Amino acid sequence: MGALSRIVLHRLFLGLLTLFVVSIVIFTAVNMLPGDFAQAILGQGATPEAVTAIRRDLGLDQPPVTRYFQWLADVLHGDLGTSFAQANFVSFTGSDAEKASVLAQIGPRFANTMFLAGVTAAIAVPVSLTLGILAALYRNSAFDKVANVFTLSSISSPEFFLAYILILFLAVLNPLLPSLSNIYDGMGLGERLEKTLLPALTLTLVVTAHMMRMTRAAIINLLASPYIEMARLKGMSPMRVIVRHALPNALAPIINVIALNLAYLITGVVVVEVVFVYPGIGQLFVDSVKIRDIPVVQACCLIFAGAYILLNLLADILSILSNPRLRHPK
Amino acid sequence: MTNISRRGLLRSGAAAGVLAATGLPVMAQAKKGGRLRLGLAGANTSDSWDGRTHSDTFMIMAAFGCVFDCLTEISASGELVGELAESWESTPDAKTWTFKLREGVTFHNGKPFGADDVIESLNMHVAEGSKSAAQPIVAAISEMKKLGEHEVQMVLESGNADFPFLMSDYHLLMYPAGQVDEAIAKGIGTGMYRAETLDPGVRFLGKRVDSHYKDGKAGWFDEVEIIAINDASARMNALMTGQVDAVNRVDFKTEPLMKANPMVKIFEVTGNQHFTFPMLTNLDPFTDVNVRRALKHAVNRQELVDKILQGHGAVANDHHIGPANQYYAADLEQNEYDPDKARFYLKEAGMDGLSVDLSASSAAFAGAVDAAQLYQASAKNCGIDINVVQEPADGYWSNVWIKKPWCASYWSGRVTEDWMFSSVNEAGAPWNDSKWVNDRFQKLLIEARATLDSGKRREMYREMQELDSKEGGTVIPMYANFVDAASAKLANSGTIGNVFQMDSSRLIERWWFA
Repeated sequence: MGALSRIVLHRLFLGLLTLFVVSIVIFTAVNMLPGDFAQAILGQGATPEAVTAIRRDLGLDQPPVTRYFQWLADVLHGDLGTSFAQANFVSFTGSDAEKASVLAQIGPRFANTMFLAGVTAAIAVPVSLTLGILAALYRNSAFDKVANVFTLSSISSPEFFLAYILILFLAVLNPLLPSLSNIYDGMGLGERLEKTLLPALTLTLVVTAHMMRMTRAAIINLLASPYIEMARLKGMSPMRVIVRHALPNALAPIINVIALNLAYLITGVVVVEVVFVYPGIGQLFVDSVKIRDIPVVQACCLIFAGAYILLNLLADILSILSNPRLRHPK
Repeated sequence: MTNISRRGLLRSGAAAGVLAATGLPVMAQAKKGGRLRLGLAGANTSDSWDGRTHSDTFMIMAAFGCVFDCLTEISASGELVGELAESWESTPDAKTWTFKLREGVTFHNGKPFGADDVIESLNMHVAEGSKSAAQPIVAAISEMKKLGEHEVQMVLESGNADFPFLMSDYHLLMYPAGQVDEAIAKGIGTGMYRAETLDPGVRFLGKRVDSHYKDGKAGWFDEVEIIAINDASARMNALMTGQVDAVNRVDFKTEPLMKANPMVKIFEVTGNQHFTFPMLTNLDPFTDVNVRRALKHAVNRQELVDKILQGHGAVANDHHIGPANQYYAADLEQNEYDPDKARFYLKEAGMDGLSVDLSASSAAFAGAVDAAQLYQASAKNCGIDINVVQEPADGYWSNVWIKKPWCASYWSGRVTEDWMFSSVNEAGAPWNDSKWVNDRFQKLLIEARATLDSGKRREMYREMQELDSKEGGTVIPMYANFVDAASAKLANSGTIGNVFQMDSSRLIERWWFA
């Protein structure tokens, strides 16, 4: 296990380095966009005095390099900074500093996104694994082909299109589910689940194909191995061969694909959130880019990058644990 | 009672109560109860209860139209009535205004409303470092005096006959004196609905207060929920599937589908909102009035209304006053699309042809780039070569507007002629986006402001509209309607305000469930 913890530490270190690079790239990119927070927030009503006043209040009059290192120093102290949008408001009132921190703004949104990702994963992972195993079992049958065509066409369609199709069939023509997923604090779990179901189904359609095809391919790949043939010769049922013998050895690639898709569920759901008006981190991210609220954009990107890094790390660890050869290296 | 003109109320608002009473027979049908759910575009994560920062629909509806009150209010039919002010009067030079305030009004935290609240709430806008859009209105007040617990006197730097109208502006909300910070943090006003929750950029929930001075005239819903839906398709969907009861900014592309749905009603009014192409008249070639006239005759206005607004608008006449204004001069000679006239004016300017850049972006108004391209096509027949420059939407108002010689823009309009003209045409005003300065116009602007006689004002504002239309620096091809939609379950008095979208942002107070 010493080797494993060494790998984990090494990977964590590389992950931190990645986060650092990501933060520089994002900061530069947002600064290169035309306009800044003061101009964006004032819009047509911008007068030079008001723009200068807001820039001074928020420190936007400092050169970018100074601002970046200021931000970095704060982050290393565990302070993600103050949202420009809320700081601008607080500078009027001098009150409620708690509300102004990026963490306080992102926290509930991130929880919502995790909830949506959780509900989707709870539906998508079992469904795609089952479909994948069945497709491998009955490969080249009508079932295999239908499942493939269906999942591939849903992954090939743009998300908003899938979302509208689902709204059309499940909300407009047959009013079974609400088309608006405006969940909020203090909502009961039942209602929350009901409101989350349509976006979760949309995302399920998006991620299923990838996981299902990988399961199918990984299992089929193994079916040609001598030990599977041995199992078959012993007279085992095809189902048992696949579930007991093939699946455990196919786990590593499957876990990797699942991790990749889970990361996508956290970082790539902007479009679905906008279509269903789901108050997740993706909407906040888009809103913040629109008004050049750099601290919030930075924090969102760090969360996105962090989710990818951690889930990939987790996938690698699980693949190692699922493979005795890697678990006990010579 | 029916022949009270809007302006007749100006010098004395005492008739306001009587006017409101005439509205009662209609209101008798109104029913109390229910939770109104609105799906609104125009929400931002930077939203707060600070009226100085309000500019977008979500917060205007939640604050101005729901939780807070102003001193005066413009009724659905366009009369000025008292809100927190009961009546008002001025000296003959329109310089000193005395407002009598309503008695027995309390804020949601129980504090009684009085003269101190008015003075402190207005002073917020001129405080050091204030970024308020209403700053010029309050800065024009040279002195505010408390004459009694419920009486305030305001002395203006120069006479302004429209002053009580300005007090109905959505920025000028009344906050409790000494507790402004708390009121901004929590949303404590005197409105018919108490703020329960505000999640910026996401959701607002308000509950009806038990008793209010507007009882019996407005405020029929028990609860109001506003959901931020900035995406147009999602908003239309939410209304069609019954998730919300009303939405703003109907998407013109799906409007025919919504019309076909018996559960949905579209409500549309032509207000003062107009789409413009301002030229910087201090830069060549726009310094020459003949060039400006040539360009005004080179645009096919009806085509723009038909293709850009899909018919949801009206042809405009190159001045900033709209049909919702009292002194709108509908009978002025219309500037028409006329290639011969355009060529004639070019010749007058000593030119054979003209080549100009026109900057446009969707930030100016929806379809601005398409409108510029249609303009380009129609101008080609007039010997004018317009080069359409597509600008990024981000930073458009800071980097293009009033920076580039000719660009696309819009104005949502103002309730009074003076306010509109002093925002966009007064010499030295920061938003004078054409830099057009005309001596006769400036003289009339100042004279009309201090004139209380309605007939004289009509004459003066007519002449100013004519000057703006004939000589001004802005091509104004069209008025854009406010197009909103509501569920068939909702009912209203039959008169819908046209100052702003959603029944002049008063839908929450004025409508009810049938």
